[in-house]
Amino acid sequence: MDITFQNVVFLIVAIFITVFSVLTVTTNKIMRSATYLLFVLFGTAAIYFLLGYTFLGAVQIMVYAGGIIILYVFSILLTNSDENINTGIKRGKILPGLISALAGAGIIFFIIFTHNFMPSASANILQEVDMKTIGFTLVGGGKHQYILPFEVLGVLLLACIIGGVLIARKR
Amino acid sequence: MFDFSIVSSWIHNLLTGVMPEFWAIFLECLAIGIGILLFYAVLAIILIYMERKVCGFFQCRIGPDRVGKFGIFQLFADVIKMLIKEIISLKNSDKFLYALAPFIVIIASILAFSTIQINKGMEIIDFNVGIVFYMAATSLGVLGILLAGWSSNSKFTMISAMRSGAQIISYELSVGLSLLTVVVFTGTLQFSEIIQSQADGWLIFKGHIPVWIAFIIYLIAGNAETNRGPFDLPEAESELTAGYHTEYSGMHFGFFYLSEYLNLFIVAAIAATVFLGGWMPLHISGLDGFNAIMDYIPGFIWFFGKAFFVVFLLMWIRWTFPRLRIDQLLKLEWKILVPIGLFNLALMILVVVFKLHF
Repeated sequence: MDITFQNVVFLIVAIFITVFSVLTVTTNKIMRSATYLLFVLFGTAAIYFLLGYTFLGAVQIMVYAGGIIILYVFSILLTNSDENINTGIKRGKILPGLISALAGAGIIFFIIFTHNFMPSASANILQEVDMKTIGFTLVGGGKHQYILPFEVLGVLLLACIIGGVLIARKR
Repeated sequence: MFDFSIVSSWIHNLLTGVMPEFWAIFLECLAIGIGILLFYAVLAIILIYMERKVCGFFQCRIGPDRVGKFGIFQLFADVIKMLIKEIISLKNSDKFLYALAPFIVIIASILAFSTIQINKGMEIIDFNVGIVFYMAATSLGVLGILLAGWSSNSKFTMISAMRSGAQIISYELSVGLSLLTVVVFTGTLQFSEIIQSQADGWLIFKGHIPVWIAFIIYLIAGNAETNRGPFDLPEAESELTAGYHTEYSGMHFGFFYLSEYLNLFIVAAIAATVFLGGWMPLHISGLDGFNAIMDYIPGFIWFFGKAFFVVFLLMWIRWTFPRLRIDQLLKLEWKILVPIGLFNLALMILVVVFKLHF
């Protein structure tokens, strides 16, 4: 396999994601943890851009980096959580933690090595997914089109909004 | 009409002639990056000079006039002063996040800046989801402001950061709604296609009433998103010293300052691109002779003319209206601008469906 521009960029992004994922859980300051999580989400967005799925990449940045992380930061600022997090693990929890981590890693490696990845038709050529295709697939009613999940998600969001209003209203 | 892609493809062919494509693309990316940064800095100097002069004239003063003729070298002196200042670090604060915050702000600003198209064929980031990408890039800056306010370990910066966060998150909604109105009209999210669709008349003429409403909402919300004008609560000098960048010094402060002015320019440039046709000359369908004459004026002159016109509008608003209170600010957004924006979106859909536009 010869090394292409895409492979080099993928390697850089992958190392970036791995380093910051580890830092997210090992740091003992909650604000830093949120910032490292932001970098992990950036890396994920970069992978989407690398695949040419610019829509999902932009949405990833807008929803996660611009929305979720800011909500996290807001809630950290509003609550009194300045103190360092206690990262020590209790003796009784080491064994279950280790087992679940190993089992998770085992399942992921099993799937990666046994799954038959379909080679893309346009390998190594950066091709953007057309916005019209995404739109028609998302709200089309035919085969391989996703109107039902889309509508269900809409109802879920509506329920969330009503719930939020109900909690926030003045009594 | 001068097409810049002739120049860029000539450079690309020249580079691929002497080296493999990998290194050619790498070098081009590097050159474009340096170009963006240089252009960013030069524009910031021009904008700050313009702001000080415009502000001076609005307040019946002269503005800077000592360094050079009309004070044009004042800003270069300021830049040199800022570059040689010491960057201090604070006790009892998170030093890593304190140092990181200005970079998040400026990276978000540069990302949004690189979606702007100056001339025909002169686009840097031109995804087919251009507007979504622009919204994503601008939504990042608020995180830098929140981190700056928190890690400075001071109550003024903290209050400022919370205000700024609430303000930017709220007003992003109105920016999105007004841009969405235009997307409904043009049927595309790509900036180059939006500009191309205005070849027979700018959107502000073609889309009449819904586009006018969207343009006004965009100007108000854009002004609020850049923490300027009547919406400069996060930097309210009389209450909060200098807002979230009170504790910053030297070039770290400079980054906040730069990105504030460049965000102003970005908002104006996107308004110029989306509503006023970007680099597209003034075309009136039917008058072919007139259109041909207008084509002789290069695209970047049209673009900068429109963008600086909108910048002037925003400065005019800033130096005319008094500052809002935080409750008035949020009320304006959630009870006035968002309902109007939603109604306007429905109106635009009706206009497009029944073909009531020009």
